[in-house]
Amino acid sequence: MGGYARYVWPSYGLTAVVVGLNIFWARRSLRQAQREARRRLAANKVAGAS
Amino acid sequence: MAWVWFHRFGSPPHFYRLARRLAPWFGWPAAILCLAGLIGGLGLAPPDYQQGDGFRIIYVHAPSAWLSLMVYVVMATSAAVGLIWRMNVAHAVAASCAPIGASFTALALATGMLYGRPMWGTYWEWDPRLTSELLLLFLYLGYMALRSAIDDVARADRASAVLAIVGVVDVPIIHYSVIWWNSLHQAPTVMKFGRPSMPASMLVPLLLMLAGFTCYFGALLLTRARGEILRRERNAHWISAALEEG
Repeated sequence: MGGYARYVWPSYGLTAVVVGLNIFWARRSLRQAQREARRRLAANKVAGAS
Repeated sequence: MAWVWFHRFGSPPHFYRLARRLAPWFGWPAAILCLAGLIGGLGLAPPDYQQGDGFRIIYVHAPSAWLSLMVYVVMATSAAVGLIWRMNVAHAVAASCAPIGASFTALALATGMLYGRPMWGTYWEWDPRLTSELLLLFLYLGYMALRSAIDDVARADRASAVLAIVGVVDVPIIHYSVIWWNSLHQAPTVMKFGRPSMPASMLVPLLLMLAGFTCYFGALLLTRARGEILRRERNAHWISAALEEG
């Protein structure tokens, strides 16, 4: 990298981390919301039955 | 008639299903475009005559800076639509933008510092471009803090929307800062009138990365917005049907 490796690779590394974390966070956020919604539906069903 | 699509778009079940169907159409092109951009930027583009191989930071710095601005415009526009038409889906989209925008603004600042050190001899300077970009990070963080400080979702939507709309004034300031004031930061290379000041071998990978990051944001936003809509909706009927679909 012509003497620039210590600046170039950390830039790419940081970018990979941020890109990866955003995918992880977005998926986790959706999964959590789906779990909460399922729990709420089940609780409503129980409340409706009793 | 023209408003039909607008109202359909504002319907949570419709948007939820559309977002699920559309997300892969953004995700896969994003992966392919970024891969092609990386190969071009790291492998095929020649070293810059002034900046040597150090200029290759631009292939991650410019796309993250672009996202930091574009995400803010999407967030402020959705917040305005939510505020004006009282559209819950638009508020959900605005709320979903904030964490994505904040992370890419931080990344743009960090990669900019790593770019600045070898080129300018300093990691940080209170320069108009850098300072206005830092302000953008604070706007995102302020928006998120404001939302989490208010328990009532409808009130949080309204208050945060006002902040997002007022803050949008920072976007043109960031873009034109290098033109309006003396700045260490270089002038626009691609987003300017006339021909981009880069040869095609350097420019094409950059355009691929910019397009790839934009598609990537689309996929992220659709995924996050689905979760946000589920949290807000209390209509059990469509939620139970939508959850069964996946």
